[in-house]
Amino acid sequence: MPVTTEDVVRWITRVAAVLHENRGYLTQLDSPIGDADHGINLDRGFQAVMDKLPTVANMDIGSILKMVGTTLVSTVGGAAGPLYGTAFLRAGMATSGKNELYEADVVSMLEAALEGIKARGKAQPGEKTMLDALTPAIAAMKEVEQQHGSMAQLLQRGSDAAETGMKATIPLRATKGRASYLGARSIGHQDPGATSSWLILKSLAETCAQKSR
Amino acid sequence: MSVSLVIVSHSVRLAEGVAELAGQMAHGKVAIAVAGGTAEGGLGTSVEKILAALRQVDGSDGILVLLDLGSAVMATEMAVEVFAHDSAPEVLISSAPLVEGAVIAAVEASVGNSLQEVADAAASAYTLPKVNTRNR
Repeated sequence: MPVTTEDVVRWITRVAAVLHENRGYLTQLDSPIGDADHGINLDRGFQAVMDKLPTVANMDIGSILKMVGTTLVSTVGGAAGPLYGTAFLRAGMATSGKNELYEADVVSMLEAALEGIKARGKAQPGEKTMLDALTPAIAAMKEVEQQHGSMAQLLQRGSDAAETGMKATIPLRATKGRASYLGARSIGHQDPGATSSWLILKSLAETCAQKSR
Repeated sequence: MSVSLVIVSHSVRLAEGVAELAGQMAHGKVAIAVAGGTAEGGLGTSVEKILAALRQVDGSDGILVLLDLGSAVMATEMAVEVFAHDSAPEVLISSAPLVEGAVIAAVEASVGNSLQEVADAAASAYTLPKVNTRNR
């Protein structure tokens, strides 16, 4: 079953609600190793996205995702703004003109987003960043897609791999972002960026699982 | 005309303070624009504020951006991408420490040096000792 424009609108709406609920949790994760603003910044950004969502809800998927990207760039005041902003802009370019996404489209959309984050942050997996959740997630989705698994399986496997990757950031030492100033003291803390990345992918899986029930 | 500077900081006051310090050295001969804090004036960086600062000094002989921490680099790179237009002056982002880099860049720009010369001089701030350790 493809992901439709309506699903994308419901996904973004769910992301906004989930990030709002987890605002305190994300900020708490960001407090020992960052500037304690990740939850507040993302919540502010996605509330601004929600204000604009009705104006693009009838457009193609690419236009919706590009709106999310430009809004995040201009409203999220931390590193997450340029990073998620670039990710959604690239995802929007990859889905330009489309109203339905099949399994391969979802994989290429998320691959484009991942490449955007890597290019913007000049980061690689293993540096205690959102890439540590996203990279294994997208690899897992690609595997399901190549084995012709269902959309629900693909998204669930992606979400699960993101969660595993997120937890695996705990023993890592940060070499990117504000946490890198803490050196070895960044070890033992779960990365807030990897956590928000998992929440975003989990929201996508939940949005589409609800539909297939 | 000369090279202009843009000061990007997570803090409104830090950006303004650095510009004040650098401006004193340039005796009003260098345009220095600031982009401090988020759109709401909190701690953070704003692509739109950085873009506005770049536009404020558009038309100069090149722009050197000096910045403080982390996300300031990414936000500046995004702003520079949006700023780019056919007649836009060249923009370089400096890796120099903010205070020393801005002061050195202001002096170099005020004597009419090129963007590359100003950027190289700012980068040399890394090796400028603050304390003469040999005499301690």
